[in-house]
Amino acid sequence: MSHDHDHPSYLQHHFDTPEQQFTSSKLGMWLFLATEVLMFGGLFCAYSVYRGNHPEIFMYAHQFLDTKLGAINTVVLLCSSLTMAWAVRAAQLGQKRLLPFMLILTLAGAFGFMGIKYIEYSSKFDHGLLWARAYEPHEEGHHGDDHGDGHEAGAADHGAAHDGGDDHGDADHNGAADHNGASDHNGDAAHEAAAGDHGGEQAEALPDGVLEILPSGLKVEKSTIAPPGSAPSGTVLTVSDDGHGEHHGPEPEKTKVFFSIYFLMTGLHGIHVLGGIVVIFWLLFKSLGGAFGPEYYTPVDLVGLYWHLVDLIWIFLFPLLYLIH
Amino acid sequence: MSTPETKRGGLPHQPPGNTLGKENYLNASRGFLSWALTLDHKRIGLMYLVSILTAFLGGGLAALYVRTELIAPGQTLGDADMYNQAFTLHGAIMVFLFIIPGIPAALGNFVLPLLLGAKDVAFPRLNLASYWLWVCGAIFAVISLATGGVDTGWTFYTPYSSSTTTSVIPIVTGVFILGFSSIFTGLNFIVTTHKLRPKNMGWFNMPLVMWALYSTAIIQVLATPVLAITLLLLIAERAMGIGIFDPALGGDAVLFQHFFWFYSHPAVYIMILPAMGIISELIAVFSRKHIFGYTFIAYSSVAIAIFGFIVWGHHMFTSGQSDLLNMIFAALTFSVSIPSAIKIWNWLATLYKGSISWDTPMLYALSFIILFTIGGLTGLFLGMLAVDVFLHDTYFVVAHFHYVMFGGTVIAFLGGLFYWWPKMTGRMYSETSGRLSAALIFIGFNLTFFIQFILGSQGMPRRYFDYLPRYEFYHQVSTIGAYITALGFMVAAYSLAMSLVRGKLAPANPWGGNSLEWHTTSPPPLHNFEGEPRSDDPYDYGDWKWDDSVEGFVRKDAEATA
Ligand SMILES: [Cu+2]
Repeated sequence: MSHDHDHPSYLQHHFDTPEQQFTSSKLGMWLFLATEVLMFGGLFCAYSVYRGNHPEIFMYAHQFLDTKLGAINTVVLLCSSLTMAWAVRAAQLGQKRLLPFMLILTLAGAFGFMGIKYIEYSSKFDHGLLWARAYEPHEEGHHGDDHGDGHEAGAADHGAAHDGGDDHGDADHNGAADHNGASDHNGDAAHEAAAGDHGGEQAEALPDGVLEILPSGLKVEKSTIAPPGSAPSGTVLTVSDDGHGEHHGPEPEKTKVFFSIYFLMTGLHGIHVLGGIVVIFWLLFKSLGGAFGPEYYTPVDLVGLYWHLVDLIWIFLFPLLYLIH
Repeated sequence: MSTPETKRGGLPHQPPGNTLGKENYLNASRGFLSWALTLDHKRIGLMYLVSILTAFLGGGLAALYVRTELIAPGQTLGDADMYNQAFTLHGAIMVFLFIIPGIPAALGNFVLPLLLGAKDVAFPRLNLASYWLWVCGAIFAVISLATGGVDTGWTFYTPYSSSTTTSVIPIVTGVFILGFSSIFTGLNFIVTTHKLRPKNMGWFNMPLVMWALYSTAIIQVLATPVLAITLLLLIAERAMGIGIFDPALGGDAVLFQHFFWFYSHPAVYIMILPAMGIISELIAVFSRKHIFGYTFIAYSSVAIAIFGFIVWGHHMFTSGQSDLLNMIFAALTFSVSIPSAIKIWNWLATLYKGSISWDTPMLYALSFIILFTIGGLTGLFLGMLAVDVFLHDTYFVVAHFHYVMFGGTVIAFLGGLFYWWPKMTGRMYSETSGRLSAALIFIGFNLTFFIQFILGSQGMPRRYFDYLPRYEFYHQVSTIGAYITALGFMVAAYSLAMSLVRGKLAPANPWGGNSLEWHTTSPPPLHNFEGEPRSDDPYDYGDWKWDDSVEGFVRKDAEATA
């Protein structure tokens, strides 16, 4: 593209003035944000419909989410929004050292958020608290005691379904009785049990509150959450030895759909955070090259808008999933 | 593209304003990459045009398969599964790969910046991305076809779509990607319209097709994201078993229908609004008369865009929606007919006492008015609760839909294609073959679909592979009509293809239009205009007069100063 007129290098040929280019970009970004809002709006709508039809599931299941981690993540994202806004300001004022610094802080917040999200997700995976088809919760209160028996019962009841490694997705589980049963395998722990017996003694050797340390180094922690109206903490789902569920708390039948919704909403949001990380990295490299200043800071401004939206969506997700009463 | 270089010397007559063989956007740069990576809206428009016409050919062949299968009861060509896949393929290709991008992304891309006197759209890279996303979406559609096809119908209703063994995920992924392609186009058009108008062109100096494209773009931006999330949920439902649409898990299968139609009803306005915009141009230009009721037509486009968002429930009158909701949606549905009728009356008033010329684009425009009126009025039957219960899921719906989408959008698309063809290629097509194509398509179309109103009202359900012998006559007429329509398309294709080889060179303004695209050369230069285009009332044709030596229209003042 030739710039025959005395255009600044950042001004594209089809715009007459930098101002026209800036306001166009900004309008475009707002429209893009509108599409994002509508897309998440659809998801929130699906959430509302399901919650409206089955409020008890949300009342029950949200307690498996870690409110503390969720709250920390909220603060982390809010802080990164602040540093992002600061970065925009730095770009506008031509503070060429402050801008990359603020971008790095924003990135730190983004990575912090994803890290905490990773911890939360792995805990859900460890406990089998997954989307509906893969949902296989473990009975942590009796983990130490029932481990061996539970596995045998599982082998008897479900046969091949449990033999195929960590294929959560393939095992077919329907109904509360089934997934409350001791028959359900405990993720990797169950497979270890299949390989060799390491029954009850393991639990005593571990620090308080930790049930097991997996080969990967992740701890299987004793849940401190109790279902409404149930016995004190530590017993989430209790089972009798015959493999049939016995509710200490009234676990609604379709609890697993809560986790479908949880993973969908936080997953889609997480993808947006990852997208944000990519573009903020890009900004960082450009800003180190001194690309932005008072006369041209459009990309910083636009990414800032995007990042605030990502933040905003989390502000909605957090209470809708974690803070249910 | 024919290379004009080779035969420049042999061309008998190159009118002023024709740039074939000289510098224009087609020969500004050469080589495959100069097209594949172009940021020029005109080239992107042309690439879109070729691509969607290819899709149209595929969807059309699927339609011919369906019609041939139905020529007699029982199995004719293939088994029922094959038939299910053919009608699904026809619907999905025509809707998502052809009609939705058809007018905005192909014709619109080419003309929108020209109409505004701008150098390009606001975001040329996004425009190119939109095109390649379209290609990606098309590839996914082909993958789905190669991995066993889909038999859900283009609407992908759950729970069937989440339980059928056919290859739903690839095509749904493809449609998801096509959605982003459509959003990018819409976003680009909105910003371009807001920001790149010349200083002396106010909103009410814009040609009406701009209002239509702008309203369309608003729907594209606001409705498509909802389709995106719907399709994501459907993919998740199939891949992960999430349960939101699964009644066995307390989910709601009708919720899918609500989501789907929240997009897809507005989407029919994505399809028809730009068509109406083209018609507003054609009717005025070929009546050589100022458009009647400019403001009404402009506002009615916006009104349709807005009303379009609140009527989706009329697709679920028989899905167990509450009576109250049914009544609300029925009432709102009737409200959409008001802005549509406003347009029809204003077009008729423009025709009245106009000096009508029967060029091919005008024949298509007149076809549009007739067919769209039939399509619109039969929509009222379906919006009527009591009648809809009877007609739901019959051929009446098929006929209504095709009158609006084919009789409306496709016909207007063809009209626009013939209208802007000289501008795009610098060549005139032959009026004889052009008119013949319009006549054949008009006759074939009515044979195919009018009889389906009767078929439907007699109770023939849509999407059935087999039928009772008493429906055979109607199906046969319909199938013969489909063959005539196909012939009409072949004539149209022949007409346009031959123009590239031996068409007369087009003048800058063959039709005497006054919107800005006629103020530049045919084909336009890379940056669209030499100097600043001067915009005035796009429907004031008084400054142009026919010049026999040019075989086109020339400006009176240009002649005076020359
Ligand atoms: Cu509709």
